Amino acid sequence: MLLSEQAYTKIDKELAKYPADQRSSAIMSSLRIAQEENGWLSSDLIAEIAGYIGVEPIAVQEVATFYDMFDMKPVGKFKITVCTNLPCALRDGVKTAEYIKEKLGIGFGETTPDGTFTLKEGECMGACGDSPILLVNNHHMCVRMSQEKIDEMLADMLKEAQA
Amino acid sequence: MSFLDKYSHGLIANPGNDLSNSMALHGRHIKPQILDGINGENWHLEDYVKRGGYEALRKILTTGLSQEDVIAEIKASGLRGRGGAGFPTGLKWSFMPRTFPGQKYLVCNSDEGEPGTFKDRDILRFNPHAVIEGMAIGAYAMGISVGYNYIHGEVFEIYKRFEEALEEARKAGFLGDNILGSSFSFQLHAHHGYGAYICGEETALLESLEGKKGQPRFKPPFPASFGLYGKPSTINNTETFAAVPWIIRNGGQQYLEVGKPNNGGTKLFSITGDVERPGTYEIPLGTPFATLLELAGGMRNGRKLKAVIPGGSSAPVLPADIMMDCTMDYDSIAKAGSMLGSGAVTVMDESRCMVKSLLRLSYFYFEESCGQCTPCREGTGWLYRIVNRIENGQGRPEDLDMLDTVAGNIMGRTICALGDAAAMPVRGFLKHYRDEFAHHIEHKQCVVPHYL
Repeated sequence: MLLSEQAYTKIDKELAKYPADQRSSAIMSSLRIAQEENGWLSSDLIAEIAGYIGVEPIAVQEVATFYDMFDMKPVGKFKITVCTNLPCALRDGVKTAEYIKEKLGIGFGETTPDGTFTLKEGECMGACGDSPILLVNNHHMCVRMSQEKIDEMLADMLKEAQA
Repeated sequence: MSFLDKYSHGLIANPGNDLSNSMALHGRHIKPQILDGINGENWHLEDYVKRGGYEALRKILTTGLSQEDVIAEIKASGLRGRGGAGFPTGLKWSFMPRTFPGQKYLVCNSDEGEPGTFKDRDILRFNPHAVIEGMAIGAYAMGISVGYNYIHGEVFEIYKRFEEALEEARKAGFLGDNILGSSFSFQLHAHHGYGAYICGEETALLESLEGKKGQPRFKPPFPASFGLYGKPSTINNTETFAAVPWIIRNGGQQYLEVGKPNNGGTKLFSITGDVERPGTYEIPLGTPFATLLELAGGMRNGRKLKAVIPGGSSAPVLPADIMMDCTMDYDSIAKAGSMLGSGAVTVMDESRCMVKSLLRLSYFYFEESCGQCTPCREGTGWLYRIVNRIENGQGRPEDLDMLDTVAGNIMGRTICALGDAAAMPVRGFLKHYRDEFAHHIEHKQCVVPHYL
């Protein structure tokens, strides 16, 4: 049992959405639940989910590595994903990403040495009109992020990480 | 309240406390149907019912409308798929084996990730029950008992809200067994993606829903005969389903008359880029582009319009003069040489470099190719690298022809439309802005001043 009891309860709820002989359909949500709890997906977790669903680990590994929002390596306490695609770029998406890189001293795909921040380049989050947008830890969308708002947010997160 | 809650803005209807600048509450829609009466808070079931919600479903189930009647009404409305392809919805519904006794599935494609598109986000967060009602009606018409709404993983806050809306609908008896006391039963669930553009392609979405990598399937067989779990399935876009209740309440003919022939109803346009007020605008199909631009506050900083991508990033770009003569409907945009697609209108002003703009798109397709078909997997890399070297002053005179050749070698040679989606922008930009690309190659810099 690598996950909490609540996590397995959540996975069971997902499994109930699909026909009894189609448990694989819950792989994606199970991985999401596991990552929410553990921060990233280790090989052990992949094997654990595979065992719980009842498929070979490779079937789960394949899903985990295909979808961008899964992290196969440890990430910082706060993972920030910025969209830099054309519609966002026309409204300062690229500038925002460059600004965060400079503030944190890291590039895309990197984590700050203190383990607080990971920066990622995302692709279309389907919220282009609200650009600059970024996702925090996959599930929290920040919209219209001016440099002042980013300064405030990063300082706040750093404080939280050190608390 | 957890620490991150203050960094969750995905459901905030009015960030910045300026309604006229909000995505959907700006009050500048024209004859809205789907977004009519929404205020950002009234997304719950009781609010929806007050707006006339679930009356269409009730009408069908209590007045004995047959499956054929419902499909005929949708056909009469001229409703076309709002996800991008524009296929007539009534016709698609008629392809399903209605009387086939085995399991069938209804799937909603809310995997909205075509760059520039953000309309389904507003429907799902501000009017989720319209989608649920539309799906229930579709399920009835096609004799389907189970459905899934596949929601883009990046809008996870909206996925959670949709789950809440489903729970409300189940409690009120609009979903589940014997809906409104009839013999019709329909179970609907939400499923989330987790970061793969390709899953917006309907067969990739089905693969993903089955718990696999989202790699598109070869067609035929089409989903109507071999879909989810190998069973007959119908897949429609979020906005398509959301349009259905209005049609049943008011009649197909009235819906058709809101738009123009062959282009019935209203459409939600996501307009962004160099406009003053980006946002979602619901307007009748056939509305002039100039009107839409005006609703969006006109050009930002009063600059001149240079180019528009009228239907999502895979649609060929159109120069200002052609665009200003277009009306916003499937036929007008197609005639101008592009596609209405998902209704994502990306506006670029005179300060924009067309090479740099294409570069961002080509990088996206290179990143998002699922890798299944060689022409797309390899070709998108070629396109990206060639555009990249042109942008960075290392272009070669033969590059323009090579871009065209590579694009041509992708188009029509892949399992799904992503190959064409990657190639079409390249051809569109080259067609209309070839001189600008040539200038980059010759002078190793742009015709417009540098910007980030």
